[in-house]
This record gives sequence, C-alpha cells and structure tokens, in this order.
Amino acid sequence: MSLRIVVCVKYVPDATGDRHFAEDLTVDRDDVDGLLSELDEYAVEQALQIKEAADDDAEITVLTVGPEDAKDALRKALSMGADKAVHVEDDDLHGTDVMGTSLVLAKAVEETGYDLVIAGMASTDGTMGVLPAILAERLGVPQVTLLSEVSVEGGAGGVVKGRRDGDTASEQLEASLPAVVSVTDQSGEARYPSFKGIMAAKKKPVQSLDLDDLDIDAETVGLEGAWTKVESATERPARTAGTIVKDEGEGGKQLAAYLAEQKFI
Amino acid sequence: MAEVLVYVDHVDGAVRKPTLELLTLARRIGEPVAVALGAGAEATAATLAEHGAVKVLTADAPEFADYLVVPKVDALQAAHAAVSPAAVLVPSSAEGKEIAARLAVRIESGIITDAVDLEAGDEGPVATQSVFAAAYTTKSRISKGTPVITVKPNSAPVEAAPAAGAVEALSVSFSEQATGTKVTSRTPRESTGRPELTEAAIVVSGGRGVNGAENFAIIEALADSLGAAVGASRAAVDAGWYPHSNQVGQTGKSVSPQLYVASGISGAIQHRAGMQTSKTIVAVNKDAEAPIFDLVDYGVVGDLFEVVPQLTEEVKSRKG
Repeated sequence: MSLRIVVCVKYVPDATGDRHFAEDLTVDRDDVDGLLSELDEYAVEQALQIKEAADDDAEITVLTVGPEDAKDALRKALSMGADKAVHVEDDDLHGTDVMGTSLVLAKAVEETGYDLVIAGMASTDGTMGVLPAILAERLGVPQVTLLSEVSVEGGAGGVVKGRRDGDTASEQLEASLPAVVSVTDQSGEARYPSFKGIMAAKKKPVQSLDLDDLDIDAETVGLEGAWTKVESATERPARTAGTIVKDEGEGGKQLAAYLAEQKFI
Repeated sequence: MAEVLVYVDHVDGAVRKPTLELLTLARRIGEPVAVALGAGAEATAATLAEHGAVKVLTADAPEFADYLVVPKVDALQAAHAAVSPAAVLVPSSAEGKEIAARLAVRIESGIITDAVDLEAGDEGPVATQSVFAAAYTTKSRISKGTPVITVKPNSAPVEAAPAAGAVEALSVSFSEQATGTKVTSRTPRESTGRPELTEAAIVVSGGRGVNGAENFAIIEALADSLGAAVGASRAAVDAGWYPHSNQVGQTGKSVSPQLYVASGISGAIQHRAGMQTSKTIVAVNKDAEAPIFDLVDYGVVGDLFEVVPQLTEEVKSRKG
C-alpha cells in the first residue's frame, strides 16, 4: 500500500506585516494579510521529497484548521505538489488554543488515514513549537521531531529516520511508522510552485470538515474551551532613540567609552 | 505552602543556569521541588539545594538517554502524581517544551510556553510573554488543571536561597510509548569555551556585513574580550559563514542578554524577533539607514572592519 502522508499546515498573519491583537485578545486575522506559515513550507517540501524517493508511491494530504481564508495556505501547498487537501473550518473554532487545535488535528488525521504526519518546527505567529509533540501524544505514535534531515525506508510499514540537532548534541533518531515528524528550516529550501503546479492545484480536491464531522464537542474548543487565558496584551513601547555617531576614526573607542559608562567593561 | 515542580536541565549532574533561574521564579509561587533525571541526577542536589529546592526527586534509567522525550514525560508525570504541585515549571529548551506539552496533555492542563516572567496571582501564576517578534507583551494564566509553564533563559536572576534539598528516589514505570523513538547515535557538540548563547549576559553577533566565514574571527575576538557568546544573523548562517546553532532570530535562538552587540546586521524583522528584548543594544553598521539603528542605545555608523577591532583593543586595554 502506498505511503499516506498528512502534512499539517497553518495559515498565519504575515510576519513582516503589522501584527496585532483583536478586541477579544485573539490574533487579529482581518487587518493583516495571511499566508502559509513559512516554516510549514519546509514540511511540504520534505513530504514531496519523501514521495519522490518512494518513486511517487505515496499520497500527500495537506491539512489545516482555520477560517475560510486558510484555503489560501492549502492552495499554496497543493501548487507545490501535494495531492489533496482537508480544511477543518467551523465558527466555533475561533480562539482555540494549542490543546484544542491538536485535538481537532488528531481527529482529522485519523479520519484522513495516515502512515506519516509531517509538520513544521513551529508556527510563525504562536511560535510555541509544541504541536507536533502533542499530536504524537494524542495519536499514541512515535514523535520524531525537529529534524534537519529526514528519510523513510520501507514504505507504509517501514521506518522513519532523521537527524535532530539539539543544544548539546546532534542525535540520529529512528521510529517505526506510523509516526509524527517535524522538520526545521535547515531541512532543505522549499520549492517554488511552478506555473503548471499552480494550474493543477485548482483542480485538486479540497475536503471541508466541521466539528460535527469529526465528532468534536464545540465546548472543548474555541475561546471558551481554551485551557489558557490571555488577560492583557500591551504594545511594547518603542525603544527610546539612542545615540548614533559616525565613525571618524574613533568609533570603536567611542563605543568602548559608552560600554564602560554602562559598566559592561 | 504549595509545592512547585521544577524540571532540571543538567549535563551529567552539572545544573544549567536557566534551571537556577526557574528556582527563583518557583519560590514566588511556592516551595520548589526539583525533578532531575538521567546520569548524574543525584549530583545536582547540592546546587539545587543552595538555590531553594526543598526536595530533589531523582531517577536514572537507560531509557532517558536511549529514547526521545517520552521517558522523561513518564517521569515528570510520576512526580506530578506524587507531589500534586501548584505548578510545573520547565526550561524553554526545544526538548523542555516538548516534555512540558506532552505532560500537559496527560494531566489535562493548559500550557504556556516561553514565559519571560512569572508572578503569583489570585487565580494561579501569571506568565508574561513577549510575542509577535517582541512587538507585544502579554500576560496570561492557565484556566484548567495544574499550570504547566516553560520559561526562557535570562528571565530571572539566580538567587542563593539555601533549603534542605533532600534527595528522594522517584519511582517511574515507563509507558508503552516510551520506547517509540530510538536515539541510534549521539554526537556531542564541540565546546567553544564561550558562554551558551541563550544564557549569556553579553552576546556579540555578526551578519551579512561580516562578509565571509574567515572574517567571523573579528566578531569572536570582540566576544572573547567581553566574555560574550557569539551569535549570527540568518543571512550569515544561510551563507554558511557560521553554524546554525548560533543563529539569532525567529527561526534560531531568541536571546535576552544584558548587552547585545550587532555588527554588520541590518535588523530585519526575522532578526529583531530574536534579540529585541535585550536590555542594552549597540550596533555597528556602515548603512546609516539600517533598521537596527531604530533599536540601539548606541550606534556607530562605520566600517565594522575598522570599528570592531578598535573596540576590541580598547576593551582589552580598559580591562587591563
């Protein structure tokens, strides 16, 4: 049986835009352009490379949980080469935290059917970096995360191997499928969608699911169902303007004098 | 007084600084009970006691080193069951966050990651986080279960607070998932002799302007004169001039030192996300229009190949 890969992606506000909070202290998604999280492009890329290494004997489903506009993220992944998409969309999901999102993703992954789940190392908005570990916990399968190199051997019943570069050591990991993998921005530059890919993506199937389809109680998700509560969000005051000098041959000494004055030397 | 579990990050018994910072924060909420796992776990007790740990729960088994993350989750869960703490604090390393997150699922609790401060509150601990590339500061708390909070390095001072630090063996039975992901080999990172990037009081970073791997010697020389860690921008790392483990920014390390020295770094959002919360920021850049100058307390517009070596010499002579 061919390898079933599910890539979890997130639609995020553009990190180069002016991101802010809405009145209910959730991320404001209306005033800032959204896009496929840059870090998830690496996950799509590795899925495509694994499929290529398996002589195309694999099917890649790209999965997201998010509002209507999140379809843009799915389209981008489809235009890169993913085969089909699943979009979980429900008004009751507004304000869902990582615990709720992981619950929805776990149900959707199971509903879709999988041998390998691939995610990015973190989202560029929430930046927690814990969703893949939580997903593995919920699915009850091995967690093979933060890989800078990944490969699958033996197809659907095989193993996944990879290299995890930690703070104190670099580790080689191995686990049997099914498993949850996450990949870093060191795993390999993501490809640009080709014109042909963009045209083909328009014809690829996008399945929509809501909470009822996944048999999830609305009370367990959304802002009310969240297990964390943001009490306040304040804009960081702009740093006060500092002293800028032009180097006229004494710039290094001037900087040293400043550091001495600040007691760093 | 309520007990607070503190997960200990250590290397063969040598406790890493962020764990000592966690003890400072834990004492604001209750009595710290440390959990130390793996080889050298018992050797951590003396240091932990000096910094406020009333108890040190230890466990050692080959599983902690041979398999990824899950054995440690099993142990922390056992400690949670034994202690029934008011909160669980874990250092915000990549592994620490994963351990904390899986624990939170198991004990049906909310999780907050990357806190930069923590205080006691009427409805449980309140965590401060720096979000959207440090453009916003949020205060949050956990509304369900035992608060599980991961805390970034340099978020609190290390304080001496002698306590009993009684060592107790923690009994751990490993779950079926514990042996799911095997660590087939491990290559320790070579030590540079410099402070760890995220823990350092001073960080000296180089960017695109450094213009070549060999030129990073200039950055390293300045770092060594100041006893600092070396960082690099994404541009410098992508160009292959410096290792990814030293990358400061959104997809690298996020640092919050007392002093950040940026050399030849323009200050794109990607970089600012990782250093904007530094206490004092200084920069050297030949482009007067570089966005980094919007952040600095002191900036020199000039050629880093002139300014940085002069600064290094001056630091050395002032230090005698």
